Amino acid sequence: MLRFILRRLLQAIPTLLGVLTLTWFLFFGTASAESIARRNLSSKDPTPAQVQGWIKEHGYDQPPAVQLRKATVDMLMFKFGKSDATKEDIWTRIRQGAGPSIVVSSTIFIGTVFGAILVAVLAAAFRGTYIDKTTTIVCVLLMSVVYTVYVIGGQYFLSKQLRYGPIWGFDPASGLFKYILVPSAIGFAAGIATEIRLYRTFLLDEISQDYVRTARAKGVSETRILAQHVLKNALIPIITNTVAVIPGLILGGLLLENFFGIPGLGSYLFEALGSNDFSVVRAMVFLGTLLYIFGLIMTDIAYAIVDPRVRID
Amino acid sequence: MEKLLQVDDLRTWFRTSRGIVKAVDGVSFDVAPGKTRAIVGESGCGKSITALSILQLVPEPAGYIESGKIHFGGEDILERSWTDMRGLRGREIAMIFQEPMTSLNPTRTIGWQLSEAMTVHGKDAPAARARALELLERVGLRDPNAALRQYPHELSGGMRQRVMIAIALANRPKLLIADEPTTALDVTVQAQIMSLIKELQDELGMAMLLITHDLGIVSEVAHDVSVMYAGQVVEAAPTRDLFHDPRHPYTQGLFASLPARNRRGKDLMTLDGIVPDAANWPTGCRFAERCAHRLDACSAPPALHGSGTHRQVRCHLPSAMEVTK
Repeated sequence: MLRFILRRLLQAIPTLLGVLTLTWFLFFGTASAESIARRNLSSKDPTPAQVQGWIKEHGYDQPPAVQLRKATVDMLMFKFGKSDATKEDIWTRIRQGAGPSIVVSSTIFIGTVFGAILVAVLAAAFRGTYIDKTTTIVCVLLMSVVYTVYVIGGQYFLSKQLRYGPIWGFDPASGLFKYILVPSAIGFAAGIATEIRLYRTFLLDEISQDYVRTARAKGVSETRILAQHVLKNALIPIITNTVAVIPGLILGGLLLENFFGIPGLGSYLFEALGSNDFSVVRAMVFLGTLLYIFGLIMTDIAYAIVDPRVRID
Repeated sequence: MEKLLQVDDLRTWFRTSRGIVKAVDGVSFDVAPGKTRAIVGESGCGKSITALSILQLVPEPAGYIESGKIHFGGEDILERSWTDMRGLRGREIAMIFQEPMTSLNPTRTIGWQLSEAMTVHGKDAPAARARALELLERVGLRDPNAALRQYPHELSGGMRQRVMIAIALANRPKLLIADEPTTALDVTVQAQIMSLIKELQDELGMAMLLITHDLGIVSEVAHDVSVMYAGQVVEAAPTRDLFHDPRHPYTQGLFASLPARNRRGKDLMTLDGIVPDAANWPTGCRFAERCAHRLDACSAPPALHGSGTHRQVRCHLPSAMEVTK
């Protein structure tokens, strides 16, 4: 087990280097250092001297090899540096933003996964009946609505009309619940339909397996077959599907956080993208990649826990 | 003698996009207590669906029992609701399936699955556990103690089929339905599994309905045989009589297609043509198209002659009808 994790972590290094190099090329392939400097300088029409000064100050005048090394190796050492736009220490900002992001997105995640399993089991238990068909219709309807409509609609009805929580802002000191209620409800409604459909398919795949027939021939009840036989097997694909996204919860939702003014990592990245703040973008890309790799390792471990046929060594 | 299982004119049909498929279309047979009846026939003749119909395990919602009666111990068990059947399944009537590789739950231990067969019928967990060990020992697992904690993928096909047998026999059923129990196994393992089943049958005094296409197995274990073709029984007789003197041209064809000592050196016979489409059975004799002895009368459906006697044949040929008198 330990050897497996170690091996996977070593394999992660070339992946991370690749992602960082690619990010660097993409960023400077689309924008020159000069245009970034202009975007970040406060005066409307900066003099060439000001621009050159900014570029020099942020180290974008150095040879590409040095810059590339800074954009990759420094990241691997977790030296994120300061923001190009605000000169804030990036690591401090990430630590501050992780909290709100984790709170909101894990609420959504846990609610979605458990809610979806519950509804999917019901749909599978009553497959072919009106309960199953109604679920399908509702899911397809939910899936056909664009995400921003949920956000704006949710803000209007839940926050403005029903006053379940503030439309904008985040101040956990004055009661965390009211700040996360509406965003969580929106994230839940926008995401659950896809999961229900997916989990229902996983469950129905299992129901048609031979071992279910064996269980029936033993005299096991349908309820017990679902709970004790089918669910455990269906959990294998469900877990593979969900564990990988758990680390991503730290990064939060780009749009949702931005619309509700939640000072999480999602809105941090959103702002950085808007202001061509490369040092923040590369730090966030690095963090995202790292968490994603971590998620994949966790998936494999979870796999080995649920499926006795899978062994890690 | 009182019959343990009596199937009368069973029809199990399937709704499909091609129309109604009459997979089992008027099948009758019986099984006496402690005896073995084999149902033989080629793939798609409806023999497995017949077996599944007895336990009401026909794949729903496409499959359904259109009509017929299935008496078990004097009770028409088709009258039972799906839920009421549960008390019978695994306790009075047990079943072994063809595919030992997929018939066990991959995520549960052998001990768990074996114990469950007993706990769902009211046995308490420790007693079930003890009996599970006893059963695994009896069906010949090398290390029954370890096997209790093992998962199906850790066992070979033959060992898994032994586990399936242990599950089936856990509650000492009166009737065992074995649906091609050895088809998926290696030839060497086949003989071991079949003799184990036979041994346990004698030990428990249970009756068996053996679904197979292997005439060799039939001659060894069955007391009576029903030959199925195209959803119907075409010939039924005590095993010895049937092997000695097959009457229906299809049964004769089956035997002629086997290697035999007195035909040494000659080519094996094959039946020309294919089984007709189950969604569209011929109106007359279903075997007529492949039959070498076809008569004009064969355009009308033949009755099963000799119902109630020890030999029944579904054929218009005078030679076939003769023996039933």
